[in-house]
Amino acid sequence: MPGHVLPLRIYIGVFLALLALTALTTGVAFIDLGPLNTAAALAIAGVKMLLVVLFFMHARYSSSLVKIVILAGFFWLALLLSFTLTDVESRHWTPAPAPWSAPPQPAPKPVALQPPTRPATP
Amino acid sequence: MADAATPTPHAAEHAAEHPSYLAHHFAGIDQQFEAGSLGMWVFLVTEIMFFGGLFAGYAVYRHLYLPGFEAGSRLLDVRFGAANTAVLIGSSLTMALAVRAAQMNRRKALILCLILTMLLGAAFLGIKFTYEWSHDYEDHLVPGMGFSYPGPNAPAIQLFFCFYFFMTGLHALHMVIGLGIMAVLVWMAARGKFDDGYYSPIEVSGLYWHFIDIVWIFLFPLLYLVGGRY
Repeated sequence: MPGHVLPLRIYIGVFLALLALTALTTGVAFIDLGPLNTAAALAIAGVKMLLVVLFFMHARYSSSLVKIVILAGFFWLALLLSFTLTDVESRHWTPAPAPWSAPPQPAPKPVALQPPTRPATP
Repeated sequence: MADAATPTPHAAEHAAEHPSYLAHHFAGIDQQFEAGSLGMWVFLVTEIMFFGGLFAGYAVYRHLYLPGFEAGSRLLDVRFGAANTAVLIGSSLTMALAVRAAQMNRRKALILCLILTMLLGAAFLGIKFTYEWSHDYEDHLVPGMGFSYPGPNAPAIQLFFCFYFFMTGLHALHMVIGLGIMAVLVWMAARGKFDDGYYSPIEVSGLYWHFIDIVWIFLFPLLYLVGGRY
């Protein structure tokens, strides 16, 4: 038979842990921790995701090939989020160069085309 | 393991050399099963990037308009969000148990678990549509459909609700598709299509269902909680 039969207690245990973490993350949102509120919410969500991926989705018992594909997916997601947020966060670190923020200048006068001058022959 | 589909000794002999569900281009049922799971995971990676774009956009605009997004988050009812999280986790459990039932050749338990998964998924959508979206509409919080908010930061709050409806809407669409897949699985299971040698459709549909659960596991804190409830 392909696959791997997990004992029932693992599924029930993961289910109860997910419910407990849901209660925890909801409770933490009612306590003022400053910026740590967002960090705690994301950390708890990450733990819940790991539990689902490893046990409900059987990633822990999958072949290395499947594991590499899963990791590649999260790696590309990390690239998407980190490069986007790096750009947004760092835009104000340096002021825009002067010509970009200066008021628009009047357009320069068009330069009349001169006929090419023949160099003086000796 | 006993083979469920062996009515005669001759069929058993034939099944031993070449089960009907084994495609010719696979070396064995283990390889066929792994190929199915691998293909589903590749699809789920594209789904990660699909939802990832929305998450990235949400992160950028939350960063740019933090007060409005926090105020918008506090306009959502956290009780329904938390209840729906529990319902969806329960449906993930019954889906995992459906795979286990298929692995152990328990057809009745398989059908029961699939139907329970469908019921819990439908309960999630019911709470979402009747208690949340319809109330948002009555409170004039749906962008483009008479949005109005009397307090400060109204444009940023409207932007938050744009993200809210796109993210939860895309998630709900995935759940509706999932319910359709479950219905087909129940029909196939009732006709005896699955046994411990062949249950790839159950396994990969389970992967899809758990993926939807994971998306909600992140949507719940990002939409309902990080605005602060204190």
